[in-house]
Amino acid sequence: MRPEKTDKLATMLILLLAGITGLAVLAFLAYLLVTGLPHVSWHFLLSPAKAFQSGGGIRDQLFNSLYLVVLTMLVSVPLALCAAIYLSEYAVQNRLTAAIRLAVEVLGSLPSVVIGLFGYLVFVLQFGLDFSLLAGALVLTILNLPILTRSFEDALQQVPTLQRQAGLGLGMSKWRVTTKIVLPGALPGIITGMILSAGRVFGEAAALIYTAGQSTPAVDYGNWNPFSPTSFLNPLRPAETLAVHIWKVNSEGLVPDARAVSNGAAAVLIITILLFNLLARLIGYLVKRRFAK
Amino acid sequence: MDELNQSFKPKPTVAFRRKKTTDRLLAPSVETRQEWGGKLVSCLAILLIGGLVVTLFAFLINKGLALFTTDKFSLGAFLTSTDWRPSHHHYGALPMIATSFAVTVLAGVLALPLALVSAIAITELLPNWVYRVLQPVIELLVGIPSVVYGYVGLTVIVPQLGRMFGGTGFGILAATCVLFLMILPTMTSMTIDNLRQVPQQYRLASAGLGATRWQTISRVVVPSAKSGILTAMVFGMARAFGEALAVQMVIGNAAIMPTCLLSSSATLTSVLTTGIGNTVMGTASNNALWSLALLLLLMSLAFNLLLRVISRKGVR
Repeated sequence: MRPEKTDKLATMLILLLAGITGLAVLAFLAYLLVTGLPHVSWHFLLSPAKAFQSGGGIRDQLFNSLYLVVLTMLVSVPLALCAAIYLSEYAVQNRLTAAIRLAVEVLGSLPSVVIGLFGYLVFVLQFGLDFSLLAGALVLTILNLPILTRSFEDALQQVPTLQRQAGLGLGMSKWRVTTKIVLPGALPGIITGMILSAGRVFGEAAALIYTAGQSTPAVDYGNWNPFSPTSFLNPLRPAETLAVHIWKVNSEGLVPDARAVSNGAAAVLIITILLFNLLARLIGYLVKRRFAK
Repeated sequence: MDELNQSFKPKPTVAFRRKKTTDRLLAPSVETRQEWGGKLVSCLAILLIGGLVVTLFAFLINKGLALFTTDKFSLGAFLTSTDWRPSHHHYGALPMIATSFAVTVLAGVLALPLALVSAIAITELLPNWVYRVLQPVIELLVGIPSVVYGYVGLTVIVPQLGRMFGGTGFGILAATCVLFLMILPTMTSMTIDNLRQVPQQYRLASAGLGATRWQTISRVVVPSAKSGILTAMVFGMARAFGEALAVQMVIGNAAIMPTCLLSSSATLTSVLTTGIGNTVMGTASNNALWSLALLLLLMSLAFNLLLRVISRKGVR
């Protein structure tokens, strides 16, 4: 066959296959939104789940997911930031640094179910935290640390070396250069990394079923004392998240309207992730515009 | 002006009056002490992460070996026996190992050509605005929680397979479909990144030699991004191997040796998710589950090693 003909044929074949793949994936997204969105209402978002009857909402699950993201970020962001500063600013090229980098990379590649089991063993059983938000947050921190550290380190590396040298030339210490020059410069990258990893934490389920638990006790949303057992802020209460709820409703089959509840919950999950992504993009865009000026 | 001078005048501090000048000059400055503090904190953070990894491995290895040390079950039987009946003290993990590999390899082999074709279409054939429109969509798909993929598998793919081939629809084929859908966006986006990294001069040089677009793609662009494409595939497969809930929802959860693609089976991860809550800590059947977890850990290490080998070859 002549090369021109092969070219045309191959191009058509590639576009056809890619088109089919794209359509299949878009159909998947559309299916989720079309079946899910009709179930999403204020009533669905704001009423508690029901164990055996239909008509339950996802209020507690949604709140638990968001609260867990906040708790996880509170622990993991400072840790990951310090670790990234060390790797980016202080680490010298030697075997120890290489070993630490390897450790971070290995930690990031572990299946979430393995990390969840480790959390069950250590936080739930060893530390006696039982199934609780705190145990869940700690497990999610382990899951989140490698991703955050890598994205923070990338963000720090994006700051030009000349700016560091300028600071050092003025007699500033390395720490001061890092906190006053490098960190502000890397802030947009750091925020973007945080938001994207928050999206991942929000949808995680496998690591949570044996750490944060699969049930939510009745909580009082008027009780703002985090040490009271009935308070919604109490980190030591078990908490089922939205993603875990989808799994549990479907694998137990006790709720008659499991389909409706999970369709709605899936749509809420996707829209939240979409919001996280858009927010990260928006911040990246705004910052780019500011720097372009 | 007077006010300004006032504010610039150095305040006599207590230390200045009490200490001798030489002492003050030799003592570390505030700046130095800050530097030490900062370095110490960041060093501690990185050591904490390192310690965490070591602890994690120590705990899981310790727990995972208990079946062989305290319960005296033979390692050979664990790896080669097909009989998994914890109630009868038979802990043959081969069915789960085989199923895990089957779903992973099938999903990877299915997803690689489609990811490659989609990436080629987006980077080489279609105009640039298509990429800019599709990139957020791909990002969203990468971010969709795996439970949602599993849920769609359970409510759409499983009934459909049941209607097409008879039976329940649960099994390796359903799991393969779910994992394929799940890793396709990740692999596509990684492949796109790799194809875009191929220098534009390569394409221009090839075109300048009179090559058609297909010749350029098949003989210049794809070969020079080969190791990156392989990395994407192994990365996707590693994710598929470790996926727990999405697989558990559609595979049927019967720990028997898979005979065909449509029979119920169980993977390492699915047995772990269903089993850990149903066994008592410290018993042999519980220890057997921890041995499966250790196996999963070692496999993800193996995938990591494979990725390193591939990317090292790519650098050369």
